[in-house]
Order: sequence, then C-alpha cells, then structure tokens
Amino acid sequence: MRRLRTLFLAGLVALSGAGSALAAGTEVVPPHESWQHGAVNRPFWQTGAAGFFGTFNRAEAQRGFQVYKEVCATCHSLNLVSYRNLEALGFSEAEVKAIAAQYEVTDGPNDEGEMFTRKAIPADRFKAPFPNEKAAAAANGGKAPPDLSLMAKARAHGEDYIFHLLTGYREPPQGFQVPDGTYYNEYFPGHLIAMPSILNDGGVTYADGTNATAVQQARDVSVFLTWAAEPNLEARKRIGVMVLLFLTVLAAVLYAAKRAVWADQH
Amino acid sequence: MAHGPTSTFKNPVVNWVDQRLPVFTMIQKEYGTFPTPRNFNYFWNFGAIAMVVLVVMILTGIFLAMHYTAHTSMAFASVERIMRDVNFGWLIRYIHMNGASMFFIAVYIHIFRGLYYGSYKKPRELLWILGVVIFLLMMATAFMGYVLPWGQMSFWGATVITNLFSAIPVVGGDIVTLLWGGFSVDNPTLNRFFALHYLLPFVIFAVVFLHVAALHVTGSNNPLGIEPKGPQDTVPFHPYYTVKDSFGITLFLIFWAAFVFFAPNFLGHPDNYIPANPLVTPAHIVPEWYFLPFYAILRAVTFNIGIPFTDIVLIEAKLGGVLLMFGAIAILFVLPWLDTSPVRSARFRPIYRIWIWVFVAAFAMLMYAGGKPAEQPYIAIGQLGTVLYFAFFLALPFIGWIEKPRPLPASISKPVLGGGPLASGVTAKPMEKA
Amino acid sequence: MAESTHMPGHGHGSGTHAGDEHNRRDFLYLAAGATGAVGAACAAWPFISSMNPAADTLALASIEVDLTPIQVGQAITVTWRGKPVFIRRRSEEEITAAKNVNMAELVDPQADEARATKPEWLVLVGVCTHLGCVPLGQKSTDNRGEFGGWFCPCHGSHYDTSGRIRKGPAPTNLAVPEYAFLTDTSIRIG
Repeated sequence: MRRLRTLFLAGLVALSGAGSALAAGTEVVPPHESWQHGAVNRPFWQTGAAGFFGTFNRAEAQRGFQVYKEVCATCHSLNLVSYRNLEALGFSEAEVKAIAAQYEVTDGPNDEGEMFTRKAIPADRFKAPFPNEKAAAAANGGKAPPDLSLMAKARAHGEDYIFHLLTGYREPPQGFQVPDGTYYNEYFPGHLIAMPSILNDGGVTYADGTNATAVQQARDVSVFLTWAAEPNLEARKRIGVMVLLFLTVLAAVLYAAKRAVWADQH
Repeated sequence: MAHGPTSTFKNPVVNWVDQRLPVFTMIQKEYGTFPTPRNFNYFWNFGAIAMVVLVVMILTGIFLAMHYTAHTSMAFASVERIMRDVNFGWLIRYIHMNGASMFFIAVYIHIFRGLYYGSYKKPRELLWILGVVIFLLMMATAFMGYVLPWGQMSFWGATVITNLFSAIPVVGGDIVTLLWGGFSVDNPTLNRFFALHYLLPFVIFAVVFLHVAALHVTGSNNPLGIEPKGPQDTVPFHPYYTVKDSFGITLFLIFWAAFVFFAPNFLGHPDNYIPANPLVTPAHIVPEWYFLPFYAILRAVTFNIGIPFTDIVLIEAKLGGVLLMFGAIAILFVLPWLDTSPVRSARFRPIYRIWIWVFVAAFAMLMYAGGKPAEQPYIAIGQLGTVLYFAFFLALPFIGWIEKPRPLPASISKPVLGGGPLASGVTAKPMEKA
Repeated sequence: MAESTHMPGHGHGSGTHAGDEHNRRDFLYLAAGATGAVGAACAAWPFISSMNPAADTLALASIEVDLTPIQVGQAITVTWRGKPVFIRRRSEEEITAAKNVNMAELVDPQADEARATKPEWLVLVGVCTHLGCVPLGQKSTDNRGEFGGWFCPCHGSHYDTSGRIRKGPAPTNLAVPEYAFLTDTSIRIG
C-alpha cells in the first residue's frame, strides 16, 4: 500500500512534468485566453487525422490539396513535400506526373554555365511561389509568409488551429486598434495577423463537386496540411496498435513467468 | 568463488574463450548467481530500465546519424528527410526523441528510490556519486542533442544556456566564445555539439559500468535498508531478477510505445518544428520538461547579492542564478555526508519519510514554474520551490540528529517480510552498522 | 527457503509436484523467450530497412530523357543513379560498323542488336568496366579510340560503336542499363 502510494506520487511528479510540457505548448495563445474557446473538442478516439486510430479522409485531403494549390500557393511554399508524395492521397502515377508538369522549375547550370527552366517531375519538391525568403518578405509587406509543410506540427493543436485561424476573422472589439496591413483574427496570438481573410464561399470549384463554402475549404485544407506535416501518420498508428498488442501479450507471458519463478519465495 | 581454475562450462567454445578471457565466468558471477536481496520492490527495476533505455538510445542514435547532416543549412531538412523519406525514419526518430524523456523519467524514479531508501549512505557513497556523474552527463548529452534538429527552440535554448557562462567573472566572455567557436551559436557550435553528442553516451556507458561495478562491491540496498545476513536473505540474480526486470522493462516499453506511436510530440514543443531563425526570438523559450526544475532555479534569482546599504554588488543576479542552478546538482554530491542518520530506509525514519515529500513538492513546483513565463505568480512559485529544494538538503544533518528511528527488523527474511516494517517481539536495534 | 545457486532450465525436480512446477516454469521461459525473440526480430527490421535507399533516392532511380534535341551523330551524357549514361544517336556508318563485326574478334561477344533495340539509339552506362573511369568519346573532338566508339584514358581500353570492348584491359562491354522507349523521342532509364 505504502509502496503503491510512493509509486503513485512519484508518477505524479513525472506527470506534472508532462503537464508542464503541455502547458508550455499552449503558450502560443495569449496567456489569458483559453484555447477551449470555440475549439473543436473531439474525444481522442474519434476518427479524422487526430483520432487514436486516425486515418486521413482521402476526399478531404484531395480537396484540401486543391485549396492549397489554388489559394494558398500564391504566397505560401510547401518546401518539404514532393509531387510524388501526392500518390499517398490517392492520385495515380500519371495524375501526379501531370500535376507536376504544370509547374516550371529552375535547374542547372547547364554545360554553358546557365540556369534553365524545365517542367517539374514527380521527384521535385513543390515549387515555391518566391525564389527566396527575402523576395517573399519584400512582396508581403516585410514578412515572408511561412512555409506550410510543418504548420500542423509547429503550432499547438495543429489541425484545429489552422481551421480556426482561417475561419477566425472577426470585427475587432470596441477600441481595439488594428493598424494598416493587419487584420483582426480571434485565434492568432496577439490577434493581429498580416494575412487577410483569404477563403471565400465558391472561391474554389471542387473537382469532386462538393459545395465549396469557406468553412468547407478551411476544413479540407486543414486536413491536407496535417497530412503534409505528417505523411506517415497512418502507418505510425497502424504499427502502434500492433506494437502495443504485442507488448501486452509479452508482458502477460513475462508476468506469468515471474510468478512461476517467485512461487517458492512467497 | 563460482568455479575452479578450469572453467566448467558445457559448451567447448564457451570454455575455450573463458579460459583465455573469463567473460562468461564474470557474467555468471555478476548477473547469474549474484546474491541479491529477496525483498526488492518494483522501484528496483528502474536501474535496469535505464540501462535498456541507454542501449536503445545509442542504437537509434547511430541509425539516425547515418542520415543526419550537422550543418546549419541542412540540419533541419535532413531531420525532415528522415521523417518523410528514410524507411522507418519516423519511427527511429520518434523512439529517440521520446527516449530522451523516458531516460529522465526512469532516472528520476531511480534517484527517488535512492533518496527514499538511503541507498546513498555508507558504504555506497561512491556508487551514488557515480550516479550523479551519470546524471550530469545525461543532461549535457540531452542538451546538445536537442540543438541538433536546428529548430527555433534548439537554437534559442542553446543561445540562452551557453550565454549563462558569460556570468563567470573575468573569463566568462572568453569561455562563451570558446564554447561557440564564434560570436554566436552558429555552424561551428552545431558541429561540435554533434561530435560531443555522439561521444558522450559512450562515456555514460563507461561510467554506468563503473556504477554497476561499485554496486557489486557493496551489494544492493533493499527496502528495509538492512544488510543481508546470509543466503536466507538473498536470491540469485538469475532467474529471480532477470525475469522480474524483463517484466518491468516490458511495462516500461508499453509506456514508451504509447508516446512514440500515439502522442509523439506531446512532451516536446511545437516551436521546434520551425527552422531556427537568429533574427526572431520565440515568445517563450522553454527547455525540455526534464530541465524545467533547474531552469526555474536559474530564474529564481531575480536580485543582485551585494553589501546592504551600499551600491557594491558581489554577485549579479545572472551569476547568482547560474551558481544556484549548478549548486542544485552539486549538493547531490555531498548528500551522503549531509544526512547524518544511521538508519537507511525511510520506512524506519518517521521525520524523514514526511520531509522527503517536501523535496518532491519542491521538484514539482519547480517543474511547473520552469515552464511558465517569467512573470508573477510563477516567479514566486519558483522562488519558493528553490527555497524548499535547498531546505530539504540543508535540514538533513539536523533531522538525522533529532530523529528517533523506528526499531529495525532483525533481518530481511524474518517473518516481517510481506507485512509491515514493525515486527512483534523483534529486539529494538535502531543503529544498523554497515 | 534459500534457492540454490545453480542455473535454471537444467534443474532436476524432486518429486512429481516439483517436477510439474519445473515444467510449467520451463514452458513459460520458452514462451517468454520465443515471444521476446519474435519481438526482437520485428524490432530489428526497421533499423535494417532504414539503411536501404530512401524514398527520395528511389524517386530518382528512374529518369526520363527527351531525345529530340540530339542530332544524328551527336551524343549526350545524363546522370542516372549517380553514374553517367551515354546516349548516342548513331549515324549510318556507325551502325553498319557495329553490325559488321565478326563475333570471334570480340573480347566479350555480343551482337549489336542485343545492345540497341532501335539501332539509331545507343544507351550505355558510361563507366569503364576495367576500373571505373569515364571513357572519352562523347564529343566529336574527343579521342574515340581505334574503333570509333569510346576510349578510356586511364588504362587504354578501346570501345567500338556499339560500346563493346575491343582492345585494352577492360573485361566486358560497356553496360546497357535497363531502359524503354516511352515514345519515339523519349526514353525512361531504370
């Protein structure tokens, strides 16, 4: 009993550390505002990428890719993703080749020492809208729009944060100053974001015919960006279930062995 | 001794090797027949658990190093290549990343066991000191390892912690320049951190070897804190503790796997998925959770220490914080001499067994405060935690002096086993000599 | 009671009850050991697999080459799997010379038809089969050796217009990589 209590209390210390880790993670949101305000609170076992047994809904992810391509890619790069990765979303090899071929990328130098452009191939990374960070900053009021490859992992509550940010543009409260070039957003830390509200109803015509409301687009692009940040998520969870089951069986066998070995001592 | 001059292993190859280099005899003596107290509880699993974690960390680390590039222009991208393109790279990386946390969880519980049951007392003082050395090496290794992905927290954590050394009077600035290899944390720093991060785990391995060797000179402590009197008090390490440790290790692996597969980034900080930018400081620079208590102690000194009623400053707040932070670990080295009680186990120490919870509470408070911004009330909580932390140690000589220990059982295997610590009819024998 | 200090698994039970316990324990050891071994093997596999080529390396395992810019008699070099690949658009004379060779004269006999499915296009791995240098002969101004193909300056191997070794220390013909025509004017190598 005493031992249990000691172990339990020691465990609490460990957990307080974990809690601190979590607390530290939510520091992205202004200190006096709870993230729970308006957040989508799904129980952890629900499906969707965030679920325990989560998978990516292929239809949502493909629509999200379309939103990224047609809306976000104007300003935001996706440097860590290659066109060939899109096969994981259900595109065929030929479709991926065709998507890549829509873009011209710089290659070289050639034998004359000059850089040249060519059509992108599936092995290429997604083409960035700007040639470098400084060009991106110069075209966007001094601050480069961040790369989106890891955005779902670089912010606390990743997928939900992206969704709420995109749908979180509001009229500022009374007396709140919004300088030129910034916009009021409910979920951005400090509330003043340099990106304008960019999703509009019908702004994209979905290839699969889904009604493209702004909320739908936000939902889909959040799923796409979650996939982009963690393409191996499904394999991870699938293997995880097998590993945990195996270890449980092994633990049971070892416990039986332990009891058998210790039988003469108790 | 276990065997005569000629080894008696059945396998001729094993025999041949053993006669020329007695590794097998040694293994059989140290891990086979080694007399181990029979009354261990599950706290005693954590040394073996820590050893397993160390081996897994070295293995995963080597395989990660096959794909990692330690250059500021490529480090972040090389880690992402591991996560996306290398076969099972994501698995090896997540095991390694969460393994660091697991290592500290195991070691903190292992240290707590030592504190509670008096495992640091005579004749195990050197065993304890070697343990503190391992702890220090772990902290250095983990600190440098966290810099390698070259995310925002990697860079800024490195900047903050290396800058601390500038608090050293006179030579501080030069020391920092030497550490950096430049004028700020940059490529030379990253490269040397990679080299040292690869090296130190093998140094840890060597010190762990010494740690176990020292343990085998004295034998293990046990929950009662009294030495085994004879074979009736011990069991051979194999099979009793090999099977029990295997079971405990498997449970720990389940805990570790739960993080790796279902919450791999829970213990980390999202900002480290942003590439390092020397021109943009994150809103809150926070070290990994296992460093938070020491970070809180560092930030607790918010005032200069000087001569009262004058402007003379003896120790600046920054230096004060650094001294106190290193002091928090240095005090661990002298623990065997601070605690004056002749009784080892807290089970028989009515004051100490309550007083130790002050330490636990202080540690928890400091861990909490360390993760918060440097504002009130968190500063006050950190300062209170710091006071309690040091008070725990500094009160020990006094506690040992005034405490009236409960009577110790006569031996481990007397009928007291399985029941409470008090035996009816046992001769009161409060002083247990080593 | 104190347990004796001898290794388990080879124990001698005294009496049937102790014998049963021993058997049960041995079985449990076996079960635990076997499960653990399976686990260890499954755990080892990802580490070994991680040493295999990664997805980005595999993505460049095949390349597509557009042949339209190559004139008759001209050759280009492309990089494939880290090695140079020679693509030569052979002239009529070169094709004829390649076909009219007595097999008995060849160090490594191989018909030209087996090396170039479309005689006009020759695709070869540009690595000398002797010790790995890159032979000369891609440019018309290069030394093409005595047989009009390629010449390796390192140790003097001569290759003909089909890339076959004719003279010198190289033991085999220049390798023909796996390739296929996607259209009349483009190929995929690898």
